[in-house]
Amino acid sequence: MPNKKDIDNARKNRLELIAAGLSRRELFKMGLLTSAGYLVAKKGLSSRAWAYDHGKGGGGGDGGGGGGAASPPTRGFVEPLRTLTVKQPVASLNPAPTIQPNTAAGEGRTIAHQAFTKFPPQKFYQITQSQISATVSPDLPTQTFWGFDGETPGPVYHAKYGEPILVRNVNNLPANNGGFGNNTVSTHLHNGHTPSESDGFPCFFFNSGHFYDHHYPNVLAGVTDPQFAATNGDIRESMSTLFYHDHRIDFTAQNVYKGLVGQYLLFNQFDTGDETTGFRLPSGQFDVPMMFADKVFDPNTGLAFFDLFNTDGILGDRFLVNGKIQPFFQVAPRRYRLRWTNTGPSRWVQFFLTDPNNLSATFPFFQIANDGNLLPKPVQVTSVELGVAERADVIIDFSKFRPGQSIMLENRLEQQDGRGPTGNVLAAGQGNNYLRFDVVLPAVADNSQDPATITKFYDLPTIDLSNVVRRTFQFERGNGQWQVNGQFADCNTNRFTVKQGSTELWTLVNSSGGWMHPIHIHFEEHQIVSRNGAPPPLAVERSRKDVVELHHNETVQIFFRFRDFTGRYPLHCHNVVHEDHAMMALWTIGQTGDTNPNP
Amino acid sequence: MPNITRRKSLAFLASAPVAGWVLGKESQAAALAPEHQWKQVDPREQIRQRYFPNVVLTTQDHKKVRLYDDLIKDKVVLINFMYSSCSQLCPRVTQNLVKVQKLLGDRMDRDIFIYSFTLDPKHDTPKVLKDYASMHHVGPGWSFLTGAADEMEMLRRRLGFTDPDPELDKDKESHIGNVRYGNEPRQLWGACPGMSHAEFIVESLTWVDWPKGQRALEP
Repeated sequence: MPNKKDIDNARKNRLELIAAGLSRRELFKMGLLTSAGYLVAKKGLSSRAWAYDHGKGGGGGDGGGGGGAASPPTRGFVEPLRTLTVKQPVASLNPAPTIQPNTAAGEGRTIAHQAFTKFPPQKFYQITQSQISATVSPDLPTQTFWGFDGETPGPVYHAKYGEPILVRNVNNLPANNGGFGNNTVSTHLHNGHTPSESDGFPCFFFNSGHFYDHHYPNVLAGVTDPQFAATNGDIRESMSTLFYHDHRIDFTAQNVYKGLVGQYLLFNQFDTGDETTGFRLPSGQFDVPMMFADKVFDPNTGLAFFDLFNTDGILGDRFLVNGKIQPFFQVAPRRYRLRWTNTGPSRWVQFFLTDPNNLSATFPFFQIANDGNLLPKPVQVTSVELGVAERADVIIDFSKFRPGQSIMLENRLEQQDGRGPTGNVLAAGQGNNYLRFDVVLPAVADNSQDPATITKFYDLPTIDLSNVVRRTFQFERGNGQWQVNGQFADCNTNRFTVKQGSTELWTLVNSSGGWMHPIHIHFEEHQIVSRNGAPPPLAVERSRKDVVELHHNETVQIFFRFRDFTGRYPLHCHNVVHEDHAMMALWTIGQTGDTNPNP
Repeated sequence: MPNITRRKSLAFLASAPVAGWVLGKESQAAALAPEHQWKQVDPREQIRQRYFPNVVLTTQDHKKVRLYDDLIKDKVVLINFMYSSCSQLCPRVTQNLVKVQKLLGDRMDRDIFIYSFTLDPKHDTPKVLKDYASMHHVGPGWSFLTGAADEMEMLRRRLGFTDPDPELDKDKESHIGNVRYGNEPRQLWGACPGMSHAEFIVESLTWVDWPKGQRALEP
């Protein structure tokens, strides 16, 4: 609850506005007032009200994560949603890619490609990381960010199963970081079934002035398993929505906050990218990636501010979609596939659709994918929760709304600090609006299939616990330090080795009632076997995932098959501030494994 | 329509930043667009102002030093918080940092420095800290620092060695065990647990070191 001072301030400000002639209804429409009568940016949502929190603890003199800054005012919904550029291949790369690292030509890779011959790249891309200028709002000055090909989020890859690609990643980031960020980088393809040396392993970062060739085979898990030889892997392991982001050990939060993030889509014969074929999912301009982020902007300079000395989690009070603060999105009255990614750094969200003129209305829609993996079939929902790095593909049918209607994409999950959400879901209209849909475009053809009538995407792979290696991971905090089984991230320590071709059952434990963690495990998708001893209660969790939400005092068991490639991978908390403060264990897939139960 | 002045709206907004702000009319949008003159602040100066108040501290050798001018500016540093009567974590971290110090060799006291700030300035006088340092065989380039209680507490908060749980934050035994490492002019700041392997702490420090060991900035 807001404290007395907050309430007094809210009342004072509200009276001032009402005295100025605004009705409560108008205030609400302006986003200035909640239905309960408090100002929208009350403590707990604005993350960081400097005036309230100053001196109450935390990096930089406060507890909210912004380091003593509350962003200057910005208007919402004055700029359109930015359509992300689609990345185009090049005819060839010079010098030509090599299996061994081309150190002489300036490649920062140190390990040979393990699957280059088996899956020779058919398309080539070159992408450059550099300092860029970007505007996030007409009410803030031009920002200096780091981006890919001059943009943040970077361009979207449109990749296809069965079409291996090679991405030459060029690092032109400056030595002068403008206050935060480390210009040695490692770009992780999040969710990718990628050989270790191309995965973006946190310790495989490379220097500015160099390049790094990432080989993405774009193969289904099980591709080397003879039982799936006919289909080049297990079709049930198909992925759709991936993203890429910097993963530099100790500096991931700074570098992602600075802009090093983008989307990567994978298509196949069912999820075709053409709404007249396959699963007939909305395609083309109706298939829209939305990358969410929250940031703080310095009230004096107007520039994005990163609290260097925060170790709990950083919450922003400005909400960005595809690099713009609170854009509007003009839509036609038809179905859209929206691909949602929570890029953090630390905030959990739960998105609802809200009609600001009718707060009691609820609007169901369909979630079709969890963490970028199509569900067994669409699930009708009224909200979607996303921890950091979780993704959800949803289908919203805007023909169900009135022509001209405006609908907010509203995060109603209350969160006051980096520890995680409070557990309260705020009433409609009291949360934070990330984006406004305006149903104003003319009617157009819709050849996509109504998700209510889709009965099947992919079955879930079987879970076989008969011969699993069992391991337990405790995610803890001791003396303010983040730990996995009492240990810390260390590039020189391999915590355990999984035998290639084996199955494992991992038990992830969060014994804390104070902290929540979105845990990400690289390389293989897992399935949740149990959440606190019972099958996962949410239909959307009966799915394939790569991030597990570890809520307070939870124990979650997850099942894996480890196949196809070998090498080093991490498991870590994806609250990137926790991650950068050592909440990560590095492990290996090898020809022989161990059975260490508490690595 | 509302008759709200820009001054009023900004005063209001300054007191409570607003998440979403929809305007009814285009003309209003233009009228309310900030005519703000954004300040240009050097990021290095901004970091100094935000995190490194230039308070006067006393070393274990009774030397008066200023936090920014004498300890942080132009240096590569390791920072932690401890207190001499701490029986659990501090002695282990101190021993670990002694290993780090040995690994750093002659760069210690030249361009790399370790600072241990006391959480217990009332008890941890320079003499007490001197005894503590001697007991742990601490070498040159590593200062144990004490000062006025309120300033030490401000430093702890500024440098982010706090817990959001007020009960834990009050409990010195559960104090934050991280070691912050950084290079002040390069604006590179990271952190690692005080009980990380000493070799890895040193490796982490090399990540923010001068390029090729030269104390100069790349263009």
